[in-house]
Amino acid sequence: MAGLIERDKVSGQTTTGHEWNGIKELNTPVPRLLWAFLITATIFSVTWTVLMPSWPGINGYFRGLLGVDQRVAVTQSVEEAAVERESWTSRIDSEDFAAIQADDALMAIVRETGAALFGDNCAACHGTNARGTPGFPNLVAAPTMWGDDPETVAETIRVGINGTSPETRYAQMLAFGRDHMLERADIDAVVSYVETLSRPELAAGMDADTLAYGAEVFAANCAGCHGEDARGMTDTGAPNLTDQYWTYGGDRASIRQSVYHGRAGTMPSWEGRLSPTHIKLLTLYVLDLRAHEQ
Amino acid sequence: MIADLTRAERLWAMLILGALGLIGLAMAIGGRNDLLGIHGWIVLAAGLAGFIAVMRGRDAPEPSAERLNEYYDAPTRVGLILTLLWAVVGMGVGFWVAALLAWPDMTFDVPWLSFGRLRPVHTSGVIFGFGGNALIATSFHVLQRTTRARLPDQISPWFVLLGYNLFCVIAASGYLMGLTQSKEYAEPEWYADIWLVVVWVVYFAIYMRTLARRKEPHIYVANWYYMAFILVVAILHIVNNLAVPISLDSAKSYSLFSGVQDAMTQWWYGHNAVAFFLTAGFLGMMYYYLPKRAGRPIFSYRMSIISFWGITFMYMWAGSHHLHYTALPHWVQTLGMAFSVVLLVPSWASAGNALLTLNGAWHKVRDDAVLRFMALAAIFYGITTFEGSFMAIRAVNSLSHYTDWTIGHVHAGALGWVAMITFGSLYSIVPSMFKRERIYSQKLVEVHFWLALSGTVIYVFAMWNSGVTQGLMWRTYTESGGLTYSFIDSLVAMHPYYIARAFGGLLFLLGALTALYNVVMTIRMPAPASDDPALDIPAKPALQAGE
Ligand code: HEM
Ligand code: HEM
Repeated sequence: MAGLIERDKVSGQTTTGHEWNGIKELNTPVPRLLWAFLITATIFSVTWTVLMPSWPGINGYFRGLLGVDQRVAVTQSVEEAAVERESWTSRIDSEDFAAIQADDALMAIVRETGAALFGDNCAACHGTNARGTPGFPNLVAAPTMWGDDPETVAETIRVGINGTSPETRYAQMLAFGRDHMLERADIDAVVSYVETLSRPELAAGMDADTLAYGAEVFAANCAGCHGEDARGMTDTGAPNLTDQYWTYGGDRASIRQSVYHGRAGTMPSWEGRLSPTHIKLLTLYVLDLRAHEQ
Repeated sequence: MIADLTRAERLWAMLILGALGLIGLAMAIGGRNDLLGIHGWIVLAAGLAGFIAVMRGRDAPEPSAERLNEYYDAPTRVGLILTLLWAVVGMGVGFWVAALLAWPDMTFDVPWLSFGRLRPVHTSGVIFGFGGNALIATSFHVLQRTTRARLPDQISPWFVLLGYNLFCVIAASGYLMGLTQSKEYAEPEWYADIWLVVVWVVYFAIYMRTLARRKEPHIYVANWYYMAFILVVAILHIVNNLAVPISLDSAKSYSLFSGVQDAMTQWWYGHNAVAFFLTAGFLGMMYYYLPKRAGRPIFSYRMSIISFWGITFMYMWAGSHHLHYTALPHWVQTLGMAFSVVLLVPSWASAGNALLTLNGAWHKVRDDAVLRFMALAAIFYGITTFEGSFMAIRAVNSLSHYTDWTIGHVHAGALGWVAMITFGSLYSIVPSMFKRERIYSQKLVEVHFWLALSGTVIYVFAMWNSGVTQGLMWRTYTESGGLTYSFIDSLVAMHPYYIARAFGGLLFLLGALTALYNVVMTIRMPAPASDDPALDIPAKPALQAGE
């Protein structure tokens, strides 16, 4: 129904005369405030496009009066940040481990920066507290598998373990059961023997002959990597089996699983992803955690 | 439902459903070695079930000519119920993914329970399932009332409504199986996209055919918005989904775009999905149900014009604010930001127009939870658009981007605006649509209102807090110039907020369940002795279908 223009009592405005199923419209003029708002917003936006790279043309675009460019800006700020950090990164790069470790001020920076670096790169496997998660070793308390002098730790981080670097450390626990290298009975015996290495009290409940046989199996098959005394060997990266630290678990079922199916965990090769400075920093950070643990 | 159809329409329905079943069969056979095959079976089942239903009803007597003197509301009724069902599904999954973010182990190592598969079930479930059904149902209602013309026929509205829901089911079931083209809000694969195009063209045709037969000289504002919604969503959907399937018997396809062009096309789509799906369509809803319920004239026709053209024009250019500080050239980002800032003006003009319309009816807002839903929606619309324009400023976006602030913004819009305007509109038409005197329980509407409001506030505040905290943690440096926090530190800091968000979401979900219960109970109430349809009928003389 069209045509009937009325005056609305509440607002004092007239209607447009249109009506749709009872809905009418007032002909209220657009408030001044809205025009002002529109003009302000437009001025702001147009000004912005004049200052910044904006309108496209046929060959390229208008660069903006301020000459800002996000690529230049990001390159610049990355460079500036590097310069700012140089006062201490240059020392990390040039000084040897012992000198850095002796310098409390520098080590304070290592701890602070290392925590975030560790959290972003290492914690996913080794845990936020660096105490390991199933399948990934405890870096704070457990003996290292490849050696714990700073150069070796840094090298381990650089090349990784079973990683993608051509120089990667390589270590594999063979699948003695799955690949038919040992009989089932041999495996059971050697598992019992290994159990007693870290928990001698268990021996009392086990058959002495089995343990003796297990020791033989161990000497013949395992000692080559884990060492005669089962204390691990840094040449092979095989872990110490006599302590309380287990990467994959020290209960009978887990040990059996390791012997039967083998293990070959991976630590990525960090070279290329982390800078040499960062690798050195993480080395210092991890060794510092270890030092505080003892 | 089938008795409403003319004999000829029943035949058409059988033909269409039969063809659908055959397509399903072809997909099932051709795609038997692919997930496409499973979708084939679903399509076949849908076609077959429909075919049998129509076949069994095909001998019913021809509907009386009287029907042409009434509006055709059956699709709206079914659409309203589907809206509520999808609300429960979509928000239920939303609650689940919210809980997953707080307790990530809840996937139980089941692939289809993983976050990556459930999240799009939530987003599509609420946007397309809940929002889309609400838009289709209300648009049919509003279109007829504001043109005083009946829908052009009785089969195309069903085709649109049910066909659209088939699309939603294909989409959601596909995500669970791992089917996605990895474009947010456009995840469904090529065959689902093609189907949606068909449905959408018919939808647009219904609109045009009804408008062409209108008995009102002018086209009401609500219809401008609904039409903008239908037309632009068609354009967006077609362009962003241009892709080449690797073969006709495989679900997998490759997009026509790559690299930064792909990103720009996607966020041109994504932003305008917000603009034309989550904004324009619901503005159409608001423009009809709010003044109707308030019993007040629209504050300013002139402001409606400015806001409509401002919104439709400006949104189109703003998509690049989703790609600030990326490989997208700087100049495109500047333009996206510039348009986004001006966009605030028509957005606030719309929200203001709605709120000023309530002048003279504020006592009703106080007393009537239904109107309060709509008033609050307009307020949240204002808040969200302000926030959006603010976040589109590059410097602000450098803090907010990738953080929960975006999620807070999304849900201020989604819960506060989209869902509230929908629930308000829904409550205001359910009684008349089902020919009941009133809603079953006004008290429960009140309960729903407070659940929705408190849920939204908890959700949004939790996400604002967590988003800003996250953004600041990521950019905090130590004295020595290194990052203070690792990413995982920021995750730990998010944990309490994620629990709060899940709780807020749970309240909102409970509200939706209340609505479903209330509507079901309304339908089950006895019909009033005499209804007086005289007030709610098309213009006379009755129009013949297709006239
Ligand atoms: C029960 C209420 C709801 C809960 C608990 C909920 C929860 C969630 C969660 C947990 C996410 C994922 C956030 C992330 O990835 O960090 C999400 C995303 C999303 N939700 Fe909801 N939601 C709810 C209601 C809604 C409604 C009603 C809508 C729309 C109408 C909606 C639209 C969206 C959208 C668009 C996203 C994606 C946001 C983005 O990618 O930036 N949600 N929701
Ligand atoms: C003036 C109006 C608006 C502007 C300028 C605007 C702007 C923005 C900006 C800048 C972002 C963040 C982009 C990013 O950093 O990734 C965003 C995200 C989003 N906004 Fe808005 N917004 C507006 C209104 C709305 C409304 C009313 C809704 C309704 C529900 C909404 C829904 C969303 C969604 C779903 C996203 C997330 C997209 C994604 O990343 O998945 N926005 N918006």
